[in-house]
Amino acid sequence: MYVYDEFDRTFLAERVAEFRDQVERRLAGALTEDEFKPLRLMNGVYLQLHAYMLRVAIPYGTLSSDQLRRLAHVARTYDRGYGHFTTRQNIQFNWIKLEDLPEAMAALAEVGVHGIQTSGNCIRNVTTDQWAGATPEEVDDPRLWAEILRQYSTAHPEFSYLPRKFKIAITAADHDRAATKVHDIGLRLHRNAEGTLGFEVLVGGGLGRTPFIGKLVKPFLPAEHLLSYVEAIMRVYNRFGRRDNIYKARIKILVHEIGAEAFAAEVEKEWEAIREGVLHLDSDVVADIRSRFVYPAFETLADNPPELAAALENPAFATWHRNSVHPHKVPGHAIVTISLKPVGAPPGDATADQMDEIAALADAYGFREIRVGHEQNLCLPNVAQKDLPALWQRLEAAGLATPNVNLVNDIIACPGLDYCSLANARAIPVAQEIARRFADLDRARGVGRLHINISGCINACGHHHVGHIGILGVEKNGQEFYQITVGGRADEHAQLGTLLGPAVPYEQVPELIEDIVDAYLELRQSPKELFVDTVARLGIDPFKERVYAAH
Amino acid sequence: MPLIENGRIVEDRFRRLADDEAVPAEGAVLLPAERFLKEAEALKGRAAPVGVLWPNNRRIEEIAPHLPALALVALHFPIFRDGRAYSQARLLRERLGWRGPLRATGNVLRDQFVFMLRAGFDQLEPSKATDAAAFAEEVGSHSVFYQPTGDGRPSILRARLGRVAPAGAAG
Repeated sequence: MYVYDEFDRTFLAERVAEFRDQVERRLAGALTEDEFKPLRLMNGVYLQLHAYMLRVAIPYGTLSSDQLRRLAHVARTYDRGYGHFTTRQNIQFNWIKLEDLPEAMAALAEVGVHGIQTSGNCIRNVTTDQWAGATPEEVDDPRLWAEILRQYSTAHPEFSYLPRKFKIAITAADHDRAATKVHDIGLRLHRNAEGTLGFEVLVGGGLGRTPFIGKLVKPFLPAEHLLSYVEAIMRVYNRFGRRDNIYKARIKILVHEIGAEAFAAEVEKEWEAIREGVLHLDSDVVADIRSRFVYPAFETLADNPPELAAALENPAFATWHRNSVHPHKVPGHAIVTISLKPVGAPPGDATADQMDEIAALADAYGFREIRVGHEQNLCLPNVAQKDLPALWQRLEAAGLATPNVNLVNDIIACPGLDYCSLANARAIPVAQEIARRFADLDRARGVGRLHINISGCINACGHHHVGHIGILGVEKNGQEFYQITVGGRADEHAQLGTLLGPAVPYEQVPELIEDIVDAYLELRQSPKELFVDTVARLGIDPFKERVYAAH
Repeated sequence: MPLIENGRIVEDRFRRLADDEAVPAEGAVLLPAERFLKEAEALKGRAAPVGVLWPNNRRIEEIAPHLPALALVALHFPIFRDGRAYSQARLLRERLGWRGPLRATGNVLRDQFVFMLRAGFDQLEPSKATDAAAFAEEVGSHSVFYQPTGDGRPSILRARLGRVAPAGAAG
């Protein structure tokens, strides 16, 4: 956990007071809605279809059990008893009243939680690997660098009124769980041949209506220059990014229009002027922030303890263990994913009772820490292997042990037309029906790893472009239609999916997805060949022929 | 329109000239960049102060050779959501070394005052009189700043050093 200090707490208290004052000035008419809108957005407050929505940041996906309990409290007191975890390590409350917002925010601020910069044309919540600090794959804890960026970007005077929103993601492992290649800035922390820590910097990735994979602008940036280089990128974007058309205002359009090389050259020129200035990250600054991350006092334990071996004889436990438990860097410990995708429920939703139970489990078995991943699942990053059987029993009792992580019914979906004023089509019921078709988890396991992503409109909050199967809701003559893409991926081999064929109406989507999966089962070379690899090997034609012949 | 300079409401001594208005011999004048650049040579002989109103879509680096002749630089916010002038302000202060008055004009609103000051503006032309009156309250309600910007204010990143973290801080 990162421990907030007196500076962070003072900042947050002033921010809550400021927003309370802004709400009052809005209600009194001193602020017009046009003037108020960017202010409320930069505090995470949206106006949705039915009510105001509060989006709360979970910086780099890390929550303490106390913070999760407070989220449960807000869900219960000010909302309808649940919250929705998003693809960018945020949680959304969809039914909050404007007049309750300052109270809810004050309750959250008491435990260091807020909605600052979860929206608006500013640098958003910086995201990273939900396994940070726990996975043996990483070269350093990426949360340290995310926290440095959080501090740097919070209420930045120069970069709070950018042409458009700005998202940064960091991975410190070769296997990218943070979708860094589809962010405005994607950072891959690694060591160069000399052993120096630094970042590979990608710029201009993103989804939405004009999707791009990020382009390489700096193969190796020594870590001490992170802030000056980011500032150079931000300044070039703030000065030259388009502001004439909201749909062409993201940095990806600037990079695309002037070319990655010209863009990188402009950044380099700016960077040269500031790299040794006040933003240089001296080792004492980094060490100070690093010292505020508190790690668990792990016991000395051996892998595969007898308690675990005994429990693995229970097939139900063994199935969950194979699916949801991952290796930890400390012997005798494990990372546990908690699926928020029980068959038939909206993806990423958790009830207040579930949040309380997960907080209690984190207290009992997980050093009081919980993580949120971009797949809309939760995670206990630090669990002793001997505690896994007891943990599983309690997860099972709370409906939180569905062993479908990374399977066909572990679907990523945006809120869609059920909540969102931008949506053209429903997303959640589509996800629910597909999950129901694969409710037999033996069948789902037989299919193997397959990511389905659903967006209710071209803004692509469900990241459909990078789903192994992507489903995009569109409106045709007042009817909900869906375009299907295949072959997308969000990991270190990120690429955009290819359109399979004409859009189909709502009712036909689940069957069409089943047909695609059946085609894959026939076409794959062996059960080891993942869906996305079969698509890469054969292209989309064999899928297209089978699927559209059937309809 | 009220003008705030270093926290106090002051009288604006600069007069904005209409495009076809001849530059008077006396008194401080504020000229649009295009006209200023066209007449820069002639203006050099003028004894009274000359200021320039620089648009936010013109590279601020072009102003550098003219800075010694200027008594005021005004930057423009056509709408408060258009943040280009923040970058221009920082470049003027931190790159081009402008130490003279730097004015924010256009859609200048209370909720952006602090950002403007931190970017290097020392003169603000608030769009609303009520916002001008609330200047001290607005600026006084912010006491901590995370990032250094060259405005000299201590930032949290720096201030964290050299002090002991409080025991038992909430997580």
